[in-house]
Amino acid sequence: MGTCISGIREGRLSPADYEKNFTDLHPPLDRHQALVASDRCYFCYDAPCMTACPTAIDIPMFIRQISTGNAVGAAKTIFDQNILGGMCARVCPTETLCEQACVRNTAEDRPVEIGLLQRHATDTAMERGIQFYTRPERTHRRIAVVGAGPAGLACAHRLAMSGHDVIVFDARVKPGGLNEYGIATYKTTDDFAQREVDYLLAIGGIEIRNGQKLGRDFTLGELAENFDAVFLGIGLAGVNALRVEGEQLTGVEDAVDFIAALRQVDNKADIAIGRRVVVIGGGMTAIDAAVQAKLLGAEEVTICYRRGKEDMNASEFEQELATSKGVMIRHWLQPKRVIGKDGRVAGIEVEYTGMQDGKLAGTGETGILAADQIFKAIGQTFDPASVPNLRLDGGRIAVDAEGKTSMARVWAGGDCIRSGEDLTVTSVAQGRDAADSINRALAAAADPAVAVA
Amino acid sequence: MADLRNSFVGIKSPNPFWLASAPPTDKAYNVERAFKAGWGGVVWKTLGEEGPPIVNVNGPRYGAVWGADRRLLGLNNIELITDRPLQVNLQEMKQVKMNWPDRALVASIMVPCEENAWKSILPLVEETGADGIELNFGCPHGMSERGMGSAVGQVPEYIEMVVRWCKQYTRMPVITKLTPNITDIRKPARAAKAGGTDAVSLINTINSIVSVDLDSFAPNPTVGGKGSHGGYCGPAVKPIALNMVAEIARDQETYGLPISGIGGITTWRDAAEFLALGAGNVQVCTAAMTYGFKIVQEMITGLSDWMDEKGHRSLDDIIARAVPNTTDWQYLNLNYIAKAHIDQDACIKCGRCHIACEDTSHQAITAFVDGVRHFEVLEEECVGCNLCVNVCPVENCITMDALPAGATDRRTGKPVDPDYANWTTHPNNPMARQAAE
Repeated sequence: MGTCISGIREGRLSPADYEKNFTDLHPPLDRHQALVASDRCYFCYDAPCMTACPTAIDIPMFIRQISTGNAVGAAKTIFDQNILGGMCARVCPTETLCEQACVRNTAEDRPVEIGLLQRHATDTAMERGIQFYTRPERTHRRIAVVGAGPAGLACAHRLAMSGHDVIVFDARVKPGGLNEYGIATYKTTDDFAQREVDYLLAIGGIEIRNGQKLGRDFTLGELAENFDAVFLGIGLAGVNALRVEGEQLTGVEDAVDFIAALRQVDNKADIAIGRRVVVIGGGMTAIDAAVQAKLLGAEEVTICYRRGKEDMNASEFEQELATSKGVMIRHWLQPKRVIGKDGRVAGIEVEYTGMQDGKLAGTGETGILAADQIFKAIGQTFDPASVPNLRLDGGRIAVDAEGKTSMARVWAGGDCIRSGEDLTVTSVAQGRDAADSINRALAAAADPAVAVA
Repeated sequence: MADLRNSFVGIKSPNPFWLASAPPTDKAYNVERAFKAGWGGVVWKTLGEEGPPIVNVNGPRYGAVWGADRRLLGLNNIELITDRPLQVNLQEMKQVKMNWPDRALVASIMVPCEENAWKSILPLVEETGADGIELNFGCPHGMSERGMGSAVGQVPEYIEMVVRWCKQYTRMPVITKLTPNITDIRKPARAAKAGGTDAVSLINTINSIVSVDLDSFAPNPTVGGKGSHGGYCGPAVKPIALNMVAEIARDQETYGLPISGIGGITTWRDAAEFLALGAGNVQVCTAAMTYGFKIVQEMITGLSDWMDEKGHRSLDDIIARAVPNTTDWQYLNLNYIAKAHIDQDACIKCGRCHIACEDTSHQAITAFVDGVRHFEVLEEECVGCNLCVNVCPVENCITMDALPAGATDRRTGKPVDPDYANWTTHPNNPMARQAAE
């Protein structure tokens, strides 16, 4: 119903359809399913899945714990390495990480369901309200964390575990960063991102200050002066532009804003969606936007990507998910011009592309796709304006192996550094490891000088 | 098509698969269903003497041990012999035997260790037309506390005495069912033979506690807060049963005594293994109680297809074929040398062979070669123990390859001796027999 009305409209579907479309993508395993799934783990030596996990969770151990009826113990094994293990269980592209490395792929082309098992364990502990970590005696060290996304939260938690006082500044209304604003709705239902933040904050010693933006409300210099250490997990604030004629027309939108709006809205029917939607890009954001456009009732959704299928950043699994929902993925097409009518988007002219002498180039052949809404998902950029004093590397904050920036007592991690992979799990690892580095630095500074005879 | 017809101490059945005396054979309804499904015979659930019937607990009777995916590996029970009146059982046995004349019907009996008790029940059983009797000297729970079952089976003199009475008072073939709850299974088997038994059947169930309820701190199955040891059976007990069957099959005193093999038989392959170690037929219970009577069809076709493939025409072609190859450790060839070999194409790189060898054995399997995850046997360390084969999740990925005579064993640096030599003549053995000068 409602899909064939042109223009960008709200309420294309019945309430029941919205409900159905935005339920959990992977329903959680119940206890029996988890036991059956856990039985498949071989408890590998030096397990490849564990090596493939950016946070190095002891996967064989937590799965063995599930198989012996100790899902709570399994959760602790996970949280010891990754305090955001609940969200990672939901959003990790496991098909390119742990599950890709699973030796069961070699044996029978079907990995152990590591992501779902991790979710089973973490959900069990969180639903029972079991906390594994207590804050030790306060050290009275104060550390500023900028950005309450995965990197910042992981860092803050690890610091709190050492007894430090942590103040987390975040520009948005709610903490969580991309977990709260940047992930498709059907991957994290029931307000999980906020529940996870609450679970994590229960350790104590972490204060979150929302609506506090670096460079607007305070400066990095002030933080460095007033705190014992600073961690920057400020992500990517900028969005790449199409740089084509017509980009300013009504109906051309950033995919990240669309995804965020969908996450924040109470009633999905309030989100307007076009009848014909074109998404420009080839990463996870493009897939998330396209799939959700379809789930909101768009009649036609087309992803245009300027390179081939194998070049797409979105995993094979994500691509298949999109096509299974009715999204058309077209390769070797780049935007040429957005076509407008009465100030609104009416279509997009695209140009075929190909590789010429090892470089991507337009072929000159063009075509027009009818569209009333266009989402830009061609990458996000780091905005260095808020950190004018830091050395950059590849357009992002330069850090050493421990996450130290060029400025004393300032660390950084997550998408804002060069090695960020736009993955929640990588950001968690970087935040956690930076906290360990901060701890070492504070401990070293506190050591009394020892006279050498 | 292989001929699966079986003749066991003169009792004929269309195949060697009998249902053991147990819950599945407690009444006509079940036995009729079993025969319809294709079972070759049944040993009717154990009859007791005339009088007030036995009572069972009214709570759980079974406990279990599970493997992966909750596959039932072991079952234990605290059920006693039939709790139905003797006359009802006898009438039903007679009717079933009339309905199914081509199937074997054997009566299991357990009465007190008194000559009169046996003397009086045997004519009643004989009257049903049953093909034979099986003496239940095995049940390890409940009845044994009353001086029956394994309480008899654990005393060879009692076995011999009761078997002698039975042979005296009935023309029916006598099968003596043995308990495994004993140190040397050959002793009761020899006693049964001395008493004149026509055959032995084994094993009965093993004394067991399968698990403890960690909330109530009571053994399972728990009856009103308490648990009792039960009799263990199912796939988990098969290795114990196979050994006991083989012990009797190769014992000089009992050699040739017919054996009905029992203990965890679940597939045709299990059955073939019992037959190869000297069983003349097999009895099944737990597999039927787990999956229903239909499994016999898999057993029949599996055994038949395998026999066809191997060119075995009748059961006599396979029965006891493995007995001559079952020997004592001291006669194993110490000059036989094998090394593990890992098929790199089949290897899934789980690393379990490495960690098992590294942590618990001989440090003979690599984890990395040239910085790459790679599992390979170091022949100079490998003693050929077979642990890696056993822990590998992929069938046939790791094999034990015998070194040919003359090849150098890289562990010892010595060539493989082509001659057979065992411990009895080994120089390190102080008891070694010296060759005559």
